[in-house]
Amino acid sequence: MNAITRFEREEADASSVTFLLDGRPVTARQTDTLIEIADREGVQIPRLCYKPGMDAVGNCRSCMVEIKGERVLAASCCRTPVKDMEVTTTSERVRKSQQLVIELLQSDMPEREYTRHNEVDEWAVKLKVGKPRFAPRPAVAPDYSHAAMAVNLDACIQCTRCVRACRDEQMNDVIGLASRGQHAKIVFDMDDPMGASTCVGCGECVQACPTGALMPAREVALTKPDKSVNSLCPYCGVGCQLTYHVKDDHILFVEGRDGPANHSRLCVKGRYGFDYSRHPQRLTVPLIRRADAPKRGEFVMDPNNVMQIFREATWEEALDLAGGALAKIRDTHGKKSLAGFGSAKGSNEEAYLFQKLVRTGFGSNNVDHCTRLCHASSVAALLEGIGSGAVSNPVMDVTKAGVVILIGANPTVNHPVAATFLKNAMRNGTKLIVMDPRRSELARTAYRFLQFKPDTDVALLNAMMHVIIEENLVDPKFIADRTLGYDELVKNVSGYNPDLMAPICGVPAETIREVARLYATSSGSMILWGMGISQHIHGTDNARCLIALALMTGQIGRPGTGLHPLRGQNNVQGASDAGLIPMMYPDYQRVDNKDAKARFAKAWNVPESELDDKPGLTVVEVIKGIIAGNVKGMYIMGENPAMSDPDADHAREALAKLDMLVVQDIFLTETAYLADVILPASSFAEKTGTFTNTDRFVQIGRQALNPPGKSRQDLEIIIDLGKRLGLSWSYGKGEAAVAAVFDEMRRAMPSIGGITWARLQAEDSVTYPCVKEGDPGDSVVFIDKFPTPTGRARFVPADIIPANERPDTNYPMVLITGRQLEHWHTGSMTRRSGVLDSIEPDPVASLHPLDLATLGVKPGELITIESRRGKVSLYARADESSPHGAVFVAFCFYEAAINKLTNSALDPFGKIPEFKYCAVRIAKGGKTPVQASYGGGQILSPNPAAKV
Amino acid sequence: MNDTVIPIAKMGASKQRKRQAPKGRNVTPAAMAEVEALVGKEPLRHDLLIEYLHLINDRYKQLAAPHIAALARLLGLAQTEVYEVATFYHHFDVVKEDPNGAIKAPAALTVRVCDGLSCELAGAKKLLERLPELLGREVRVLAAPCVGRCEQAPVAVVHQKPIANATLEAVRTAVNAGDTHDEPGGYIDFDQYLKQGGYATLRDCVEHRRDVESVIKTMEDSGLRGLGGAGFPTGRKWRIVRGESAPRLMAVNIDEGEPGTFKDRVYLERDPHRFLEGMLIAAWAVGISGIYIYLRDEYHGCRALLETELAKLRANPPAPMPKIELRRGAGAYICGEESAMIESIEGKRGMPRLRPPYVAQVGLFGRPTLEHNFETLYWVRELLEKGARAFASHGRHGRKGLRSFSVSGRVKNPGVKLAPAGITIRELIDEYCGGMLEGHTLYAYLPGGASGGILPASQDQIPLDFDTLQPFGCFIGSAAVIVLSNQDTAKAAARNMMKFFEHESCGQCTPCRVGTAKANTLIAGERWDAPLLAELSQVMRDASICGLGQAAPNPVDCVIKYFPNEVS
Repeated sequence: MNAITRFEREEADASSVTFLLDGRPVTARQTDTLIEIADREGVQIPRLCYKPGMDAVGNCRSCMVEIKGERVLAASCCRTPVKDMEVTTTSERVRKSQQLVIELLQSDMPEREYTRHNEVDEWAVKLKVGKPRFAPRPAVAPDYSHAAMAVNLDACIQCTRCVRACRDEQMNDVIGLASRGQHAKIVFDMDDPMGASTCVGCGECVQACPTGALMPAREVALTKPDKSVNSLCPYCGVGCQLTYHVKDDHILFVEGRDGPANHSRLCVKGRYGFDYSRHPQRLTVPLIRRADAPKRGEFVMDPNNVMQIFREATWEEALDLAGGALAKIRDTHGKKSLAGFGSAKGSNEEAYLFQKLVRTGFGSNNVDHCTRLCHASSVAALLEGIGSGAVSNPVMDVTKAGVVILIGANPTVNHPVAATFLKNAMRNGTKLIVMDPRRSELARTAYRFLQFKPDTDVALLNAMMHVIIEENLVDPKFIADRTLGYDELVKNVSGYNPDLMAPICGVPAETIREVARLYATSSGSMILWGMGISQHIHGTDNARCLIALALMTGQIGRPGTGLHPLRGQNNVQGASDAGLIPMMYPDYQRVDNKDAKARFAKAWNVPESELDDKPGLTVVEVIKGIIAGNVKGMYIMGENPAMSDPDADHAREALAKLDMLVVQDIFLTETAYLADVILPASSFAEKTGTFTNTDRFVQIGRQALNPPGKSRQDLEIIIDLGKRLGLSWSYGKGEAAVAAVFDEMRRAMPSIGGITWARLQAEDSVTYPCVKEGDPGDSVVFIDKFPTPTGRARFVPADIIPANERPDTNYPMVLITGRQLEHWHTGSMTRRSGVLDSIEPDPVASLHPLDLATLGVKPGELITIESRRGKVSLYARADESSPHGAVFVAFCFYEAAINKLTNSALDPFGKIPEFKYCAVRIAKGGKTPVQASYGGGQILSPNPAAKV
Repeated sequence: MNDTVIPIAKMGASKQRKRQAPKGRNVTPAAMAEVEALVGKEPLRHDLLIEYLHLINDRYKQLAAPHIAALARLLGLAQTEVYEVATFYHHFDVVKEDPNGAIKAPAALTVRVCDGLSCELAGAKKLLERLPELLGREVRVLAAPCVGRCEQAPVAVVHQKPIANATLEAVRTAVNAGDTHDEPGGYIDFDQYLKQGGYATLRDCVEHRRDVESVIKTMEDSGLRGLGGAGFPTGRKWRIVRGESAPRLMAVNIDEGEPGTFKDRVYLERDPHRFLEGMLIAAWAVGISGIYIYLRDEYHGCRALLETELAKLRANPPAPMPKIELRRGAGAYICGEESAMIESIEGKRGMPRLRPPYVAQVGLFGRPTLEHNFETLYWVRELLEKGARAFASHGRHGRKGLRSFSVSGRVKNPGVKLAPAGITIRELIDEYCGGMLEGHTLYAYLPGGASGGILPASQDQIPLDFDTLQPFGCFIGSAAVIVLSNQDTAKAAARNMMKFFEHESCGQCTPCRVGTAKANTLIAGERWDAPLLAELSQVMRDASICGLGQAAPNPVDCVIKYFPNEVS
């Protein structure tokens, strides 16, 4: 059950027939292939090109069977039974044919093995094929141009499993079958070296290859693993299940598992971005800042020279110092003088315990995490409008939708595996409408691509609603039965005639009308969005418009409809659910709600008076609080605000001002560099915990490696630091502690109340809401009511608010920030992963080629981008995906930290900064970005000293 | 053991390259403008991909990678989707950038020398050896599989101009004169055809003077079978497709590529509207909403002719007609296979589909499709006008009907011979071809082109028709008869054929892709490993996807069976 095959729908209600299989009557569905039936019946038929989940193509001809009355043999992978058909799988004719096909292929196999499981050889053994009697074909040279994969076409049998993996499953459309006959050849793009092609490195082809013609680079898969651990991908919110193959406490390679969100697929990060956990720069001992190393916000850091700034310490000393200093600040300056940033990369248990530490140990609600920087505005709008911040339908529902609007999101880069299911849906007839100022890869195959001008979301969406109302395409019953505030909305959008909005958003009025009609009238329409919606000062308004669209057309509450903000981090959903946000306890119980406060005081066994009843400070507010002198001590776990916060220089200055900064991380991040105490923690693969993906699947990640040196698992560190703050928790140790924390969580959080640790262990993934034990879990919610006090959803009208900082003559261009496929967030993990760093080694700014020409800059030359807040120099990349007048930069490059330029102006509701829009100017030339001891492709470079 | 290969490290993108642009080959504005100028700004259609490639290949004499990238962008396709189609067809010269990013200039002129069996018998090898030197560096000389002019062997094609009975001198003269285009002429054009009573039968049909049932009945009674080679009864095919749900499409196969076959071209060059009328009658009878005519690329003169005559027909239609599109092949024998042809019309690699489903149910663009060979349609008018018995009254040795034999090889008068079905090879040579060439005596003959097997002179009493040759391990196919004499060997003929099959295999399935190559190695020697060849032959017959692979062993098997002394 891998790819969504073209025939899946037809198969659903096929009738059954009875036929003879090797003389035995067998009954099967008419749409089942003979090979599927044979497998079920325990009849062994060889196969090479056939792989369950892929379209059967019948080219290898190893699965031939005899059908009575037919002149030639039939490929059992492509034939279906008809009544009274007589199929023979064991005759001499069949056996000889199968053997000879295998012999022909084997005669061309190289002597060298490329995989431990060559399916041609395995079938040759099973079918007792002797030494091949045919002369081999001329050999071909290997292609080792890609950092992650080796191409050995001398082992290729042209079965096209890789082609189907690339084109039908992942739909990256890189691999082709070129030429013909004996010369038929698997190619990348136009028979280019794999490493020079458009290959995005998902590795699906390697996973599909039966002979090792495509294999992981550097022969890692030829080693037999000590163990294989079923776990999760540590990167994005898609939540792919995978298996770590481990030897000698190192991960050898990774394979996709058939999880509900990925069906065995992975992307380049999930498949190849695992080696950061064994990077030599891992923090392995607790560190304390040297007395002679003052903190400065402006710095150039080299993680190789930690000891100039820090000294080693024992865990006791480090924890005593950290906990003691924080307790002292609390007791001297008050509870609100402390703040904590937890992490959306940590587990649910860590997030839960972290917020519990802040709320009961620090005594305030000053706890937040990077959700503030990604979907805070979406969550604010969702909570206000429909009473829940989570998605209404899983990503996989796009396969059931007639129309999908994808706005302000670039899933081929940021949610690559989810994007593959979107592409599959498109092939099956779903109309995808991409709306984005940037031309993303999905625009190529989308039904419509609306390249609206940056910052004009509300104008575009209100114009769509105008059309839907004007043409009476609304769902009056849904509006009447399930919503409030429709009249105000109607009044508000009446002024947004598409003819008036067209010049504002740069989309023809007729196109706006067409997509509005499509969305409103399809049998099921779904909206997916990303940070292009949320990271504006009007991010909440943007999301309000999307919600209103769904409500007025009734496109919510059914399969294939609904609202899906694509969550960024692997556990940003779970961390928010667990209360790692300043205004809510776990399960979105408001801290200023008396009942909620009472309940949690009881659950946590603290006096009610000990709990703060005012919402705490958000991420950017904490930074401002430090500058103002109100916040003096911080505990930051697994976050890197010195890189990820807007106006990063300002954020760094603030962090440097703290009296005590405790950082818990796996590397010396830019934030850790400003710490007083560093607590060396565990990477994803070094611990067990649960993680909640974008679809509300609570999934279990299992420990595959040991934490290196003296580093410890995060949960243990939180518990130990809690002790120093007077919290005497007794959760036990290791996995038992994880289970104990989870159990406490589920008792405190009704939405996951029915999920037990034992069930997670058994099933690996359970969907919430799952209120009672044994509940299946609801993947589609809001079917008959919304979780609001009235059970109704609310329309909230929005008007155009321009960006906080518009381009002007001094700063004439727009800066859009985001991420790139290979690099995660601030790059601390991925730039220490050999493959990923090798594929994208350098900081680049993407500009439209014509803009580059205007600037007189050649592609690849240095440019300097400057805003009112800072400047960076990096390489100019000619990229047509960028709109005219805008430059796109990912924030993963420490040597060109683009957040030094971004604007910290906030959305008033979500408190999210405007990462997607600020004014900059660009000049040719600049200082060459200095890459210290990591990044720049150093790990896989044959000559690590080579910098170019 | 495989040859040892010294690994040459293929280079991925350099760091500087990665800074410059996103992954892969980026589209250059210059290439974009050039391609746009050729294909126009109309909404482009994926199914016309091969036509677009022709436009570029014709204009620039090659398909340069930047042009392919630009075309892919315009079509919204991935680059590899265009590249894999372009490289499937032999007539597209795909050229990539050299290490400096430059594109090599194409040859000024290409001369293709047919190396089909009949041309080989007539001295093609000599032409291929001598021409490069004679024509100089500017001219590229290529061997080409059968170009469908076997009666004129040997044949060379100067760009698009075929030179019949080519000599070194004739080719040089054409090259020097710049005589590179084939201008059609001397055929019955639209006006003449109308004057001679043409399209009256079509009008009778459309204007209800004939009814569908009677027309289909006549076709059934006439015994007319598909003349592309498979011999499926025509009337029955019409009835089957008519019974499928609309919209129904029609595909006409003029990809006449079976070595030795040239009848379709000869008839088309004479009387194109006779075929078009038959086609339109079939379309009317079956209820067809769109017709696609697939013409092999080698028939440049026929293409010009058809374009001209179709334009006249569309300008002045004798009756309401479905949409007719003329599609141009690009050098692929396999596209004569019905499902491969459909793939090609859809703009894809011409790889045969697995059946079932049959094209009558799921064909072109997924619709029920009536697919016919040119000649089958060519006879429709005559059968309707003269009645079902018009053909059935002919025949010899107990067989019924007429067959158009394409005769070539060692006979005095090669050409298309409309002769009674069931005629023997001796009768055909003596009565229709003026006997054997001087100094040659009949040694062997191929009754059905490259795929139909080889028979010895001793088997000269077999009636040549559908179904009569199977007991001998042969079949008549498209009735392409190649005559070998005492100066030839069956072994050499078999090698020529197997090379052809290896060259033309689409490469999709193992038995054919690997089998044809291994067979060629096995028959290269003087003594053949008959038992191993027999095993190989069996798997090719049993397990190949289409007729190409299934029939490819025929010549080799026949040599072992009828000419064992040549190979042991």
